[in-house]
Amino acid sequence: MAIETKGAREEPAALAPNGHSSSLLTRILRRPELGALAGTVLVFLVFGITAGDSGLFSLMGITNFLQVSAQLGILAAAVALLMIGGEFDLSVGSMIGFASVTIGLGVTEFGLPIWLTVVIAFGFAIVIGAANGLLVVRTGLPSFIVTLGGLFILRGLTLAVTRTITGRTQIPYITEGHENSFIVQIFGGKFATGLFQWFGDMGWIALRPDGTPVVQGLSMSIAWWILVTALAAWILAKTKFGNWIFAVGGDARSARNVGVPVDAVKILLFIGTACAATLFATIQVLEAGSADTLRGFLKEFQAIIAAVIGGCLLTGGYGSAVGAMFGALIFGTVEMGIFYTGIDTDWFQVFLGGMLLIAVLVNNLVRRKATEAR
Amino acid sequence: MMATLDTSAIVELRNVTRRFGSVVALQDMSFAAYAGQVHCLLGDNGAGKSTLIKTLSGVHQPTEGEMLVDGHKVLFGSPREALDKGIATVFQDLSMIPLMSITRNFFLGREPTRGVFPFRRLDAKKADAIVAEELAKIGINLRDPQQAVGTLSGGERQCVAIARAVYHGARVLILDEPTSALGVHQASIVLRYVAQARARGLAVIFITHNIHHAYPVGDVFTLLNRGRSLGTFRKDQVSENEVLEMMAGRRDLQHLRAELDMVAGRRGAEGATQ
Repeated sequence: MAIETKGAREEPAALAPNGHSSSLLTRILRRPELGALAGTVLVFLVFGITAGDSGLFSLMGITNFLQVSAQLGILAAAVALLMIGGEFDLSVGSMIGFASVTIGLGVTEFGLPIWLTVVIAFGFAIVIGAANGLLVVRTGLPSFIVTLGGLFILRGLTLAVTRTITGRTQIPYITEGHENSFIVQIFGGKFATGLFQWFGDMGWIALRPDGTPVVQGLSMSIAWWILVTALAAWILAKTKFGNWIFAVGGDARSARNVGVPVDAVKILLFIGTACAATLFATIQVLEAGSADTLRGFLKEFQAIIAAVIGGCLLTGGYGSAVGAMFGALIFGTVEMGIFYTGIDTDWFQVFLGGMLLIAVLVNNLVRRKATEAR
Repeated sequence: MMATLDTSAIVELRNVTRRFGSVVALQDMSFAAYAGQVHCLLGDNGAGKSTLIKTLSGVHQPTEGEMLVDGHKVLFGSPREALDKGIATVFQDLSMIPLMSITRNFFLGREPTRGVFPFRRLDAKKADAIVAEELAKIGINLRDPQQAVGTLSGGERQCVAIARAVYHGARVLILDEPTSALGVHQASIVLRYVAQARARGLAVIFITHNIHHAYPVGDVFTLLNRGRSLGTFRKDQVSENEVLEMMAGRRDLQHLRAELDMVAGRRGAEGATQ
């Protein structure tokens, strides 16, 4: 029994000086990201054995699966916050396409500078996120349905507008001539290039004939991934707003009773997912130099899967941003691992579905353990 | 029959009527809560208990009559305004989130923070220490304030909800059926805490339909029936049985008794013929 009820006059002698004396093990077991961490270890073990010399764990392979994980991870962090807040956003995938095309058309058709189109794309994201949030809190309809509408509206709008203006569905040559500008470098560039050059000079990684290392640095998406995850984790664990996120997802009515601005919290979380989708799009567009109306297809579900693997409950009120990071890492590792080991990539989807089911079962168990009267 | 006290009431209703359309939920109700007193509000379902607490806690406004706090006329627009005057209501659902820790629940909506924006953050250490201290005061020794509220028993949960209201400055504590969902042992934990809150000088308004829980801890009893007060009685003026009979409606109970006797009689007769 975790709590002892004693006579009122008895001294609280059982209390440890630091206020908590639950064993370290109990506290670790209570973490929502535990399952995802275990899953990550398992995935690395499996591929460590099966993909030994296929190149998955070569420097190139690692940077590849990190990059795939990073892009999804940026989405998953915001989606995890929203899910903890008790809502879904199915429109994030379409939002990616919409934001890509906003940047693409802005540059190629309207001749705007890249930085301005990125600002405009984030402006749209705030408006669309707020619209999603307002619709959900004002109508009281499930966010699943409201944002499912958003999924089709945004994708259709993106396709229709792009095809009307350009006659095509892809927009190439966006960064042409600006490859070294700050805005392209900060979203689509590489970091730790000095470190990798040093690795090359030391002979730890192979060099090209011109003296540059074969892997020149890490994709900026990885830096953004870490940044966004750290921010989300900090908000959840350490801020008042984080406390409110757990509360609105756990029980909105109770939260309202004690003065939490439930609607504002939810609307902000929807703005968060739309902005994460736009960040995803910006990174992709400026990395590849082109935009595509079909960008982000199915990403909404992948992000939800990553968040669920990371310990988020579908019913809200529980979850972790760090867990979502591991969820995305599992996702990226398996996707690339299957590719490298030469297994038919069709099996990836089977694996994904299975992983999701296992994660949901584990989460349910964890939740029961967490709230069980002891 | 009205119980009168010398000190002035913290919160008082004078001839309050509340109508919802043509339905009269409360009629000509007068009611007062004093510091250091447990005022039990008894009545069957639909007697108007719920409307009365919602009026006191600022959810509803009186259609007629007036409400006074510390002798001054007030009209609450929202529960928040009542809370600011120190009138806190612990609703039946407790307004607690089972999956969140005790500390997070305790300070939900009133989180202590430190640092300046954008680095303002929860003062978790301070919060944990306060929770441990406040709960130790009422005899609940936490092993870990970080454990989820869902791990607490019903009685402990109720106590945490009450402690939260008291800590955040309640002078009048309105408890909506705090023991109705609890077993005997759990209910006794809550009742002991109610007595403690009284000793600390709070005015407690204890809503219940269970006279066995209300009588031991109550000082004053107000009985409600169909939106009207049947009167307010001091403990030395009535016995537990009298209160029970008034609650059920004396006539109803007599009818029931007569009916039961008849059934018993008939069965006795059938038994004899066989």
